[in-house]
Amino acid sequence: MTHTETPRSSGGDVRLRGISKTYGSFTAVHPLDLTVPAGSFFALLGASGCGKTTTLRMIAGLEEPTTGTVELSGRDVTVLPPYKRQVNTVFQNYALFPHLDIYENVAFGLRRRGIKSVKKQVEEMLDLVQLGPMARRRPQQLSGGQQQRVAVARALINHPEVLLLDEPLGALDLKLRRQMQLELKRIQTEVGITFVHVTHDQEEAMTMADTVAVMNGGRVEQLGAPAELYENPATTFVANFLGTSNLIQAEVVEAGGEELLLRAGDAKLRLPARRCSAPARSGDKVLAGVRPEKVSLAHADAAGTLAEGRNRLPGRIKDASFIGVSTQYVVDVPGLGELAVYEQNIERDGRLVPGAEIVLHWNPAHTFALDADQDIDAGADLDEEAA
Amino acid sequence: MAVHETTRATAVRPPNRALRWLRRHIVTIAGLGTLGYLILPNLVVMVFSFNKPNGRFNYQWTRFSTDAWTDPCGVADMCGSLGLSLEIAVWATVGATVLGTMIAFALARYRFRARGGVGTLIFLPMAMPEVVMAASLATLFLNMGIQFGFWTILIAHITFCLSFVVTAVKARVMSMDPRLEQAAQDLYATPVQTFLRVTLPIAAPGIAAGALLSFALSFDDFIITNFNAGSTVTFPMFVWGSAQRGTPVQINVIGTAMFLVAVLCVFVGRTAGKKRRQRS
Repeated sequence: MTHTETPRSSGGDVRLRGISKTYGSFTAVHPLDLTVPAGSFFALLGASGCGKTTTLRMIAGLEEPTTGTVELSGRDVTVLPPYKRQVNTVFQNYALFPHLDIYENVAFGLRRRGIKSVKKQVEEMLDLVQLGPMARRRPQQLSGGQQQRVAVARALINHPEVLLLDEPLGALDLKLRRQMQLELKRIQTEVGITFVHVTHDQEEAMTMADTVAVMNGGRVEQLGAPAELYENPATTFVANFLGTSNLIQAEVVEAGGEELLLRAGDAKLRLPARRCSAPARSGDKVLAGVRPEKVSLAHADAAGTLAEGRNRLPGRIKDASFIGVSTQYVVDVPGLGELAVYEQNIERDGRLVPGAEIVLHWNPAHTFALDADQDIDAGADLDEEAA
Repeated sequence: MAVHETTRATAVRPPNRALRWLRRHIVTIAGLGTLGYLILPNLVVMVFSFNKPNGRFNYQWTRFSTDAWTDPCGVADMCGSLGLSLEIAVWATVGATVLGTMIAFALARYRFRARGGVGTLIFLPMAMPEVVMAASLATLFLNMGIQFGFWTILIAHITFCLSFVVTAVKARVMSMDPRLEQAAQDLYATPVQTFLRVTLPIAAPGIAAGALLSFALSFDDFIITNFNAGSTVTFPMFVWGSAQRGTPVQINVIGTAMFLVAVLCVFVGRTAGKKRRQRS
């Protein structure tokens, strides 16, 4: 999952320079620079209509960019048709050929390139995706998960420099999706081909990819390793779209040192200065953020026993839902609105019920701050829709 | 108490049982009835092909004979007209299928100015009374000074077969996932290979349906042919003509043979399809 880990690489890198796509007056993708390193698992993450699929199709050659260039392994392929690019695609809903059996579907790419003896390769590839016995079946006789594996085999057999995956798991149910995520990750590590994966499922992107580019409205909002994006979101969209964030309106009281001091309502909050992505001088408005699982709850009576130096906010439990591994609380903080808290069910305090007066507290190091000049709810409802 | 109820139940059962039987089998009965209604005329034709009529009309059963079957071309000009009809049907099918498939692809795939208008015009021959098309085509040929005969019949047949081919193929092309062709291109197929290896095979059932319809329609067309044939005589025209003067048994022989060939085609198609499904 880390950058330093380089699998034996047979893949190529993808370089997009100033690439954009407009349809009439609608801009699907704004000029965009992106580099996908060879052998990496790269995810384009975003809600529907954010331009991620269009970007993928421009790499495949199925869509002609309005401006900019596409380079594969250092070669400019912008004007090449799809059948001349060393790139293969796993389509959404797979697009398997209904008139050919599984064997011929997988052999299709080899045959088009004039390779005569395809038997050994096709059988090896069907074994890799565990579909050997299904070779003579038709696509419509296979389950969704099996069709998905055929689509992967049909693309991989050509040893492309880059494999493009367009929401390949979208049509599968949750359990199968989890299973296929691990399966795809295993295959990618095994073959070492560069994977570019388009998805709207943030969990899927984080589980599978080395690098995630979060797209919104035809632009890349932020790019980085999953943990980096999750811990240090640069925009409210990323903060809300990747998991859940509590964002609090605050004002900078003290800046300059290693730490920033903020005032939110009547409370004082502290955070490391390097975790503030906005310019912060005294008096500036910022959005302070903290993830729900980083926050702890203490009953108001026990507030005195809390360790020094933690960020605290007083509130009242509005709602508590028990979901097995954790309990999710909605806490009403006067003057600041509702905050979410996820507590693991280790030592449950019987007093933490709706209506109870409590204190929220967390380690200041887990606080981040964003520019207050943006929509505080950006990406929040999209995430629910996508999940 | 229990005994009493049982007796009452048995007492009511007889009419109930008949009703229940009827309810369970009504669909089968209706189906068989419809099938009989459709097939009966063919059976009559078949039976009378083994007749040896007294006189020129083959309307009354006299006695069994295979004379007509052993000498199917025994009637003057009949086999000539049959050959002509088959020839026209084959060429009309080829012409209509090729043109119709191209039109269907154009209508399904491209947006152009007159697309809606063309769609309606293509549909018109199917909706229009045949005699209207027959008369207008005849007027057109006459005004252009074209000699009536084989070519005018062929042109007329292609004209009305086109609509059926376009309708059948268009439905198939419209329901085809455009991503299949993109997938083919993504897998190194050139545009020509994509068309031959993916588009055409997937559209094939629609094209075949259109071609079969064309053949059947062309072969037995009478009205339009009669207006545009001049002195040329196709098989349906021959049958019509001879019906005025007497009906030779050979007409029943040809009719029966056509029916059997059609049944055979359907049967072969079915078993081939079943075999393929079992194999896979």
